[in-house]
Amino acid sequence: MSTLTKKDSNSSIITDSDYILEVNDLKKHFPVKAGILQRNVGSVKAVDGLSFKVKKGETIGIVGESGCGKSTAGRTLIRLYEPTAGDIFFKGRNISKMSESELRRTVRKDIQMVFQDPYASLNPRKTLKSILLEPMKTHNMYKGKEREDKLDELLDRVGFNPLFINRYPHEFSGGQRQRIGIARALTLNPDLIIADEAVSALDVSIQAQIINLMKDLQEEMGLTYVFISHDLSVVRHISDRVGVMYLGKIMEFAPKKDIYEEPLHPYTQALLSAVPTPRKKGAAPRERIILKGDLPSPANPPAGCVFHTRCPAATAMCSEKVPEFREVKKDHFVACHLY
Amino acid sequence: MTALLELKNLKTHFMKKKANIPAVDGVDLTIQKGETVALVGESGSGKSITSLSIMRLIPSPPGKIVDGQILFNGQDLVTLTDDQMCKIRGNDISMIFQEPMTSLNPVLTIGEQIIEVLMYHQKLNKSQARTKAVEMLELVGFSRAKALVDEYPHRLSGGMRQRVMIAIAMSCNPKLLIADEPTTALDVTIQAQILDLMKDLSKKYDTSILLITHDLGVVSEVADKVVVMYCGQVVEEAMVEDLFDEPLHPYTIGLMGSIPSLDDDLDRLQSIEGNVPPPEHFPQGCRFAPRCPHAFDKCRSALPALMDVEGGSRKVRCFLHGDKEATS
Ligand SMILES: Nc1ncnc2c1ncn2[C@@H]1O[C@H](COP(=O)(O)OP(=O)(O)O)[C@@H](O)[C@H]1O
Ligand SMILES: Nc1ncnc2c1ncn2[C@@H]1O[C@H](COP(=O)(O)OP(=O)(O)O)[C@@H](O)[C@H]1O
Ligand code: SF4
Ligand code: SF4
Ligand SMILES: [Mg+2]
Ligand SMILES: [Mg+2]
Repeated sequence: MSTLTKKDSNSSIITDSDYILEVNDLKKHFPVKAGILQRNVGSVKAVDGLSFKVKKGETIGIVGESGCGKSTAGRTLIRLYEPTAGDIFFKGRNISKMSESELRRTVRKDIQMVFQDPYASLNPRKTLKSILLEPMKTHNMYKGKEREDKLDELLDRVGFNPLFINRYPHEFSGGQRQRIGIARALTLNPDLIIADEAVSALDVSIQAQIINLMKDLQEEMGLTYVFISHDLSVVRHISDRVGVMYLGKIMEFAPKKDIYEEPLHPYTQALLSAVPTPRKKGAAPRERIILKGDLPSPANPPAGCVFHTRCPAATAMCSEKVPEFREVKKDHFVACHLY
Repeated sequence: MTALLELKNLKTHFMKKKANIPAVDGVDLTIQKGETVALVGESGSGKSITSLSIMRLIPSPPGKIVDGQILFNGQDLVTLTDDQMCKIRGNDISMIFQEPMTSLNPVLTIGEQIIEVLMYHQKLNKSQARTKAVEMLELVGFSRAKALVDEYPHRLSGGMRQRVMIAIAMSCNPKLLIADEPTTALDVTIQAQILDLMKDLSKKYDTSILLITHDLGVVSEVADKVVVMYCGQVVEEAMVEDLFDEPLHPYTIGLMGSIPSLDDDLDRLQSIEGNVPPPEHFPQGCRFAPRCPHAFDKCRSALPALMDVEGGSRKVRCFLHGDKEATS
């Protein structure tokens, strides 16, 4: 049982208004099929018990190496994937079991997603204008002149030249496409944006432009972000609190200062020590913890603590008993037998 | 110190129906024996085309080395025949790429791929080559190298494949290893393993490395010297400590200001306005002028030369430092 959220999953409305999103023991398993009959022979535990809460207006960073379940978590949160188990409370409503029509009626427009490759998510045969108008039409928002005004406002917000409105996605650079992706996510005035590797494909100078833009928009519009990335430096820069994932589970969750300056979990420590960073002349080199081996398969995760096969601090107990994810310091959650 | 590799005014252009594309447009670069030089810059700046030019692997047509020299141990590689170049590639210069899977043959075992190289270039017989292959796999950190030689590459993770590529690249004991974004596709913990391995090997065998990357963190960990490219040209060159201590070129300064730090919290990143122009639209004058916060009139009409500064210990291409225009 998680200590992060204690909501009863049967009650569909909660009223703790500080939190816009509460996730309680969320799981997403993908079936593994084999043979001519395509029988289930097991499952990939892509997301295997996430619990955290997101305050209105803050940015939660989710970091971890590839395959640890970040994208699956993002997609399950917004109900692009059917959760295998667990609860998702959005603005007090349990959306984890809602039907698609109910989702559409209630929360769809309030949660938007921004992806790594905006090009893949933009229709190549549509102009920028129709790309931005489409969500307004689908959700029947704004009428006539209002739509045009909204369009101008959006372009202005993301720093786009209005002269480009009739161009097609391929006529834009990577950074410009990501601005389009963000503008599209903003058309319906969402409360929560889930950004999955939103700046990972961009060159650093463009990445900086987009990160600055996202921070400005957050301030102006009171947005809440769940910012998913494998890049620990970017996540530090943009987040208020950070969750570190490994094999479908959160290993550590804390305010960013705690995570980056006093990481408790051995995995967080190793991950941070591996990041190459420019250092000023004379600065002492950081001690690097080299992790042995590769990530185990999420179809067959290790017993006990999932990190024990690579953990430099593992003891006998670690391969048998699953460590509880608990608050060991104020606001600092860790899943490790050392604490 | 003697230069192992010296690029002098290297120009590699692509001839297309509509335009001449000056992808690499006058690159000067020197690598000493045993030295690790990082070539950095954002995508499209000409890093890969520079390295493929050194290997003489530019697809031609449409590509062509149109000017300059590539002096390797004093010999100009531009003038060599394909046969002569083939010998250099197997014995003296090897290359590894970002995507190790595309360079490994999926239907050959890992051992077969190393053995093939060793038999061809080092003239070993099959059993000698096999012994050496196992040795090389051990060298790059595989504990079960004996079994691994008979396995196929698809069973390996990305990091393991890159180690196999390094084993193949190092098996002929090259004098120069060119690594084009070797860790870009890997996770940080695996990247750390690979970078450590490359550092160890270069020290052990006195191999020079040309490391191509867009990651300044990686540069600071492994490079002795850094060469910064922008729009097909070198804009700054310095020893790694000097560059991180005080970047001189406005592009380098912008690049460093754009990277979020792992160690402190800044409210805003200093970004560079605008985009990297494609080669067919390189601007007149200084190529960075349209994005440069310090640009003045002269910058828009004349191209600054890559000048020695600080007593010749570093170079920079900018009118704010030194004053000369490029002649070519
Ligand atoms: N649609 C799917 N079907 C089956 N397995 C999947 C699917 N999507 C992701 N996975 C698996 O789930 C795990 C987590 O993937 P993902 O969420 O994409 O990780 P990340 O975004 O952290 O790289 C991986 O092992 C991946 O192969
Ligand atoms: N086969 C080609 N035909 C035409 N232009 C090319 C070709 N290959 C590369 N280029 C151009 O050369 C420039 C430099 O490319 P590259 O060296 O790959 O950049 P980098 O490795 O720095 O990202 C690019 O702008 C690209 O458009
Ligand atoms: S529980 Fe054990 S294996 Fe897991 S992180 Fe803690 S010490 Fe390491
Ligand atoms: S030459 Fe002029 S435009 Fe170019 S980098 Fe220097 S100051 Fe900027
Ligand atoms: Mg992902
Ligand atoms: Mg390249």
